[in-house]
Amino acid sequence: MNLNLTLLGQAISFAIFVWFCMKYVWPPVIAALEERSKKIADGLEAANRASRDLELAQEQATQILRESKENAAEIIEQANKRANQMVDEAKEQVIADGKRLREAAQVEIEQDVLRAKEALRSQVSVLAFAGAEKILGATIDEKAHSEIVEKLAKEL
Amino acid sequence: MGIESPTASAYIKHHLQNLTFGQHPDGTWGLAHDAKEAADMGFWAIHVDTMAVSIALGVLFLWLFRKAAKKISTDTPSGLQNFVELMVEFVDGSVKETFHGKSKVIAPLALTIFVWVFLMNFMDLIPVDFLPAAAQWIGVSVFGADPHNVYFKFVPTTDINATLGMSLSVFALIVFYSIKVKGVSGFVGELTLQPFGKWMIPFNFLLEGVGLLAKPVSLALRLFGNLYAGELIFILIAILPWGLQWALSVPWAIFHILIIVLQAFIFMMLTIVYLSMAHEDH
Repeated sequence: MNLNLTLLGQAISFAIFVWFCMKYVWPPVIAALEERSKKIADGLEAANRASRDLELAQEQATQILRESKENAAEIIEQANKRANQMVDEAKEQVIADGKRLREAAQVEIEQDVLRAKEALRSQVSVLAFAGAEKILGATIDEKAHSEIVEKLAKEL
Repeated sequence: MGIESPTASAYIKHHLQNLTFGQHPDGTWGLAHDAKEAADMGFWAIHVDTMAVSIALGVLFLWLFRKAAKKISTDTPSGLQNFVELMVEFVDGSVKETFHGKSKVIAPLALTIFVWVFLMNFMDLIPVDFLPAAAQWIGVSVFGADPHNVYFKFVPTTDINATLGMSLSVFALIVFYSIKVKGVSGFVGELTLQPFGKWMIPFNFLLEGVGLLAKPVSLALRLFGNLYAGELIFILIAILPWGLQWALSVPWAIFHILIIVLQAFIFMMLTIVYLSMAHEDH
């Protein structure tokens, strides 16, 4: 158990080893460890954020779906209303048209009747004259008797 | 056992002798041929085996860790990187638990101590005769030495020089940081003005001085003592008849796995504690 130069030799090699370790071994390893732990922390945070985002998106999606359903219901209701309205309008239109047509027809018919009456009247006078001529066997003054015949015709 | 069968005490002594290089009393330089010659060389001699093994292990440690550090990635680690990260994280955790200041030196220092001391201790688990016998064979066949004169102690931490060399470096750091953090006056004050105030300065200094010096000495002797004793027991077991050796050496080796890790850990932890004490202002 002699104390000798080995003591110094060991101290020197120890110092060199520590220096080397401090310079070339420790920094890169510890830097990598720190970087990895930072990476993991970032990853966890990103995952949290993503799940939060997902929740939010799902909420939004539900809301949009609900809104669109409401919209659709409203649109359908409006369409129904409009359809009913159109049907009603059409009905009214048809009724009005029918009425108008009927009235027109009525007017026409009345006119026709009047015209026929008119024609008949004129024919009646001619017939009366012809009949009278035949009955009387003589020419009657058309002018003198037409007043009487017309009077007669008006009574028809 | 050795090449010829020596007596038990010669065998033990042979195993506990370092391969020493130094100046012989007659002025020539060379390897000591026996324990007495080695002792006669005094301070200016060097243990070739301790130096070679410890430097080789230190280089192995740094080579491995440097290799992992060079191509370290922040993706999923694998293989060597896993191991290196495990060690670095373990040491970093231990340092952060104890030392709350900021220092670029302490954590790498602790890592170096832990791994290096562990590797040196680990040499203790290699059967006591394997490597010395190999060294002896090389010594005899390559250098033509007398087999009795070739010594090779393979566990550097069973050499007090190795452990004391490290603990004195730690001691130097303790003094350096004490002065750096507290200033010369603060450090001197810490040594002299407590625990009994300024009227008891000599007594305080004696107490605190002993306390300060006890740190490196206890650090070195604890590691040395544990490993020396462990090695000695392995050597004693190796003297037994060969058929019985396994019955003792296996349990002792298994128990020793605990000791070598524990001693490396204690050396590291105490270094951290001492250095964090040096950083603290009272």
